[in-house]
Amino acid sequence: MKTFTYTIKDELGIHARPAGLLAKKAKELDSEITITKGEKTVGATKLMALMGLGVKCGDTITVNVSGVDEENAEKAMKEFLEANL
Amino acid sequence: MEKYIGKGVFSAVAIGKISVFKRSDMEVKRIKIDDPDGEIERLENAKKKAVSELEKIYEKALKEVGEANAQIFEIHIMMIDDDDYNDAIKEMITNQSVNAEYAVAVTADNFAEMFASMDDAYMQARSADVRDISNRIISCLGDNESSSSLSDEKVIICADDLAPSETVSLDKEKVLAFVTAHGSSNSHTAILARNMNIPAIIGVGDKFLSEIKDGDMAIADGFTGEFIVSPDDETKALYEKKQKDDEEKKALLQELKGKENVTLDGRKINVFANIGSVDNIGAVLLNDAGGIGLFRSEFLYLENSDYPTEEEQFKVYKRVLESMAGKKVIIRTLDIGADKQADYFNLDKEENPALGLRAIRLCLDRPEIFKTQLRALFRASVYGKLGIMFPMITSVWEVEEILALCDTVKNELKRDGIEYSDSIELGIMIETPAAAVISDKLAPLVDFFSVGTNDLTQYTLACDRQNPRIERFCDTHHEAVLRLIEIAAKNAHANNAWIGICGELAADTTLTETFLRMGIDELSVSPTFVLKVRDAVRKTDLSK
Repeated sequence: MKTFTYTIKDELGIHARPAGLLAKKAKELDSEITITKGEKTVGATKLMALMGLGVKCGDTITVNVSGVDEENAEKAMKEFLEANL
Repeated sequence: MEKYIGKGVFSAVAIGKISVFKRSDMEVKRIKIDDPDGEIERLENAKKKAVSELEKIYEKALKEVGEANAQIFEIHIMMIDDDDYNDAIKEMITNQSVNAEYAVAVTADNFAEMFASMDDAYMQARSADVRDISNRIISCLGDNESSSSLSDEKVIICADDLAPSETVSLDKEKVLAFVTAHGSSNSHTAILARNMNIPAIIGVGDKFLSEIKDGDMAIADGFTGEFIVSPDDETKALYEKKQKDDEEKKALLQELKGKENVTLDGRKINVFANIGSVDNIGAVLLNDAGGIGLFRSEFLYLENSDYPTEEEQFKVYKRVLESMAGKKVIIRTLDIGADKQADYFNLDKEENPALGLRAIRLCLDRPEIFKTQLRALFRASVYGKLGIMFPMITSVWEVEEILALCDTVKNELKRDGIEYSDSIELGIMIETPAAAVISDKLAPLVDFFSVGTNDLTQYTLACDRQNPRIERFCDTHHEAVLRLIEIAAKNAHANNAWIGICGELAADTTLTETFLRMGIDELSVSPTFVLKVRDAVRKTDLSK
């Protein structure tokens, strides 16, 4: 299992569009990915739950990756977050 | 005549007959079923149909409102496929043996409720998206097509609220305006209306729907958010004029948008916009300005109860630069004095504030304030094409002191490992006769001049602009002022600097030709004058 944190830089936070892209990305990966903000943890493939986290600019999220392609998945998630959020 | 007030989301006037938007009855009944698997299969088929409908809407939106705005329908498609949403529906069908319609409706309520309870207006508005996709699935479960048959006449659509997909599905050719009882300016419907160039008023309130009927004459004023039903002749005539004026302006805009600021004989100049706050950037882009020639940074100070921090300033400058996407943005450093100050500056009362401790004098007198602003500006410079200009210059030593301060700031940033652009243009305002007269000495020190005609006129003619009794002595076309501008232009060009005008005179199209003949490279005016000036430039022939 791999865990890292990321602080959202996008002004709007995880709103509909990036949540959609994030869910899409997570679905492409074989590892199980969860996103935690505060006390809430949701699966990264779940669009509505992601939106429901209400992640805003400046919030720090914890990303948890576990599965066969951990290394690759962790790298992909980091790249995705840097590029989109 | 009845008048309602909502929020206008697209500035235009529509006059025409009302058509009340009807959607097929969405009342969903709870029915007990025996075959949950069959019901789930029915659900899956309906979802497939809903997705294919949405794909069509996406295509239509792509053409009409562009990719960024069409994306919401891609998200709708993804929402339909959302695991949690689907699991909730299927679980209900299986565990409670209820029909798919009912399971979808209840699940929609739950998810919509979740979004509605979030503390963020944007997310609250997403509950409408959940309801929209759910209603689509429900209507796909039955055979009822959502019919919104419009007459051939163009109409003002009135509804309690419109889902994004309903907004896009309407035939644009037949819609004069949207007026809704609910909705927020954050809703995708509002955003779509804006992009479809259709006047829209939202949040008019529940009452109006019960008081109007199909065919009533009405006026929707997207500028003010006013919705007037059955207007009297006088009111109608008033709005017809407003509509005509607006259309003429927009026609000019359409005609001149994207065109170059070039004279008949081929000389190109820049026409930029002056703004005093981030809120005006929309107007800058709408009026097709080539950049921002004057961004007054005073509001950052005047709207605050204490000195704005470097971080606060940085955020604002970054946002302006990013919004202008690589177009030039010239930010003027703090320009206040005893006549216009924030309390926390504690400036002494002055007998003659126009000639007092103001603008660059104040900044050089209190370098710590100045340095904070410079640091914020340099840091923001990596996000676009930044120019910085300094107001109220009279002497060479002032510019030298400013440049030395800029070097200090750069060195400190370098030391701290903070990036800044090395192509920032530094310029000064020519707004005192002194600066114009010694412009040959100033020009080698800077990249550009920007003439502030309001102060230049006031200082040259010794006329207080605020005093109406001396108006006839305050001739804005005075030869002395024009000669000073010409001197500055000549000296700028002799030293490879460019020169612009950012005062009110820049928008005076009776002088456009005069300025062009002087060799002025840039005219910066209020956003609403950009196209008027472009028009004047394009009609000028300097070869004659």
